[in-house]
Amino acid sequence: MSGFGGFLLRRAVGAVVTLLAISVIVYVVFYVTPGNVAQITCGPRCSPEQVHQVAEQLKLGDPLYLRYWHFLQGLFVGQDFSTGTSVEHCAAPCLGQSYQTDQQVLDIILTKLPVSVSLVLGAMVLWLLLGIGTGVLSAWRRGRVSERVLTAVTLAGTATPVFVIGLVLMIVVCGELQLLPFPQYVNFSDDPEQWAWNLLLPWFSLALIEAAAFARLTRAAMLETLAEDHIRTFRAYGVAERSVVGRHALRGALAPVIALNANNVGSAVGGAVLTETLFGLPGIGQELVHAVKVVDLPVVVGMVLVTGFFVVLANAVADVLYAVADRRVVLA
Amino acid sequence: MSEALAVVETAGTGTPVPAVSGARQFWRRLRAQRAALVAAAVVALLVLVALAAPLLTALEGQDPTTYHPTLIDSARGGVPIGSFGGVSADHWLGVEPQTGRDMFARLVYGARVSLGVALAATVVQIAIGVTVGVAAALGNRWVDQLLSRATDIIVSMPLMIMSLALLAIVPASFPRPVLVTLVIGLIAWGSIAKIVRAQTLSLKGLDYVSAARLSGWGTWRIARRELLPGLAAPVITYAALLVPANISVEAALSFLGVGVKPPTPSWGQMLTAADVWYQAAPQYLLLPAGALFVTVLALTVLGDGVRTALDPRAASRLRVGTGRKDTTGTENATGKTPENAADGAARGAAGSANEKEASA
Repeated sequence: MSGFGGFLLRRAVGAVVTLLAISVIVYVVFYVTPGNVAQITCGPRCSPEQVHQVAEQLKLGDPLYLRYWHFLQGLFVGQDFSTGTSVEHCAAPCLGQSYQTDQQVLDIILTKLPVSVSLVLGAMVLWLLLGIGTGVLSAWRRGRVSERVLTAVTLAGTATPVFVIGLVLMIVVCGELQLLPFPQYVNFSDDPEQWAWNLLLPWFSLALIEAAAFARLTRAAMLETLAEDHIRTFRAYGVAERSVVGRHALRGALAPVIALNANNVGSAVGGAVLTETLFGLPGIGQELVHAVKVVDLPVVVGMVLVTGFFVVLANAVADVLYAVADRRVVLA
Repeated sequence: MSEALAVVETAGTGTPVPAVSGARQFWRRLRAQRAALVAAAVVALLVLVALAAPLLTALEGQDPTTYHPTLIDSARGGVPIGSFGGVSADHWLGVEPQTGRDMFARLVYGARVSLGVALAATVVQIAIGVTVGVAAALGNRWVDQLLSRATDIIVSMPLMIMSLALLAIVPASFPRPVLVTLVIGLIAWGSIAKIVRAQTLSLKGLDYVSAARLSGWGTWRIARRELLPGLAAPVITYAALLVPANISVEAALSFLGVGVKPPTPSWGQMLTAADVWYQAAPQYLLLPAGALFVTVLALTVLGDGVRTALDPRAASRLRVGTGRKDTTGTENATGKTPENAADGAARGAAGSANEKEASA
């Protein structure tokens, strides 16, 4: 067990180091640009006084390491913002303030987060079910016509951009067949049923493309496991083929699938940006695209840090789950 | 090239392969796959169309940026006049709603942007990835640690989010297609660096490299003359998968309105407003969507074919279970040290996750 504890510790330290490194990169990329940093941060419509204030806030007169330290302090203990007339406290983790909307970035993100989480989690359930199901089925039906059809469909799935699937689904289902209304986000707490109905299409759009990747991976992993000795033993003992494939081989094939799923969070976040924009869902993806278009730098930086945090967390969880699923990893 | 393939064959499978037949064998294996051949033909056609875009539009007598206000019905909100979105002898595929720009011209010029950005970004990714990977494998412990950690960090950054953020801070005067190329290229090189590092580590232990070192060759010379040829196969394989992924990323960024901007045509950008017009001008949606689909599919199938031709084990693993206990794939099949086995295994999946990310 000490081996496993040490592994956990190493992984946790690694995740923290990665996060710190990301914060350095983000800081350098966005706050050490050659242009007028205060002007860029404040936005195109700022008055010279406001720009001056932002420069004070970011401590642009200080040496670089002190500026970065100030930025880190904000993240861990919070900092005060002077808005000219009053002083506002921004509690940790302080991601700064949007000078265009005068809102704190963390507040903006927190109001949008439930939409994105609803979208990604729902889609994840779908893509795991669809992906693993398809993968198992095509490994089971190997060499038959149904397997060729499944393989062709998943290949087409991997080749279709998420916004194309979404567009086509929306036009066919909402526009032509009128089976569903055009999606409009409803809070889960307000009306769970409407929440689900409205998210159904976005879930499918995001899930189909991810499912294709899972189907391919599951199939490959299943075929590998099916060729192993213990499976041959099961067969020799006369265990039913359905049980061999569906239970014993699937168990062996799950480890890489778990790893892919957590590692896929980054890609799912990217897909969520597209899905939200396409369907007009007010999540953090849509907010990010908006912030990029109006050059609201503090919001952009906050989004990068928050999504980076989730992705690093997911990667760490993936490695741990992988080690749990396959203990040889820790022992090695 | 032929040498290179032969080396990898030997390193990978343990089957001795005569050096001369490497390239020829690659072509033979590629030709044996019908789907890959069809895909290669489609890709060749697309490249031809992209290269000949000015010629084709001259043939049609149009260009991609001229507005044709007379061809759209401003009373109905800018719907093209005529059936199927204004298809005519002058405008082979109709005109765009609202602006009346020629669809055929925008589509073929869009192919230029799409393929150009994707290929150039792939070159950037490979240049950085190979440099970092080789340096990590050949450098001392500290260099390796530093570069490997940097690679881990790059891999764990969400590509889409970082691209969006970077596109926000660069002044609008910077040429957009170049910017998109650089952003994709500078962010998504992590997986290729990992593959190259692993492959270099395994090549480093081979006799012919030791022989070179014993004859007093410098590290740089060994890297250039002995190692780079051996890296060709895995790098080509991965590059073939990167190209379609990059096409999807460019299309996605342009779709979001932060990638290639008008008047430069791009398939993703054409789709931005397509959902509003699908009834009046269905070709406005179908043409760019279809072009994207066909291009990415053809490149993906070709990429699979290239991988199969370069690494027959991959093919046998996918098609007929070999029974060999051989984990996640080309990227971490070799050169894995025990303490980062967990990393390697998870990253094996991450490699494909990255491809996915890009195509999302």
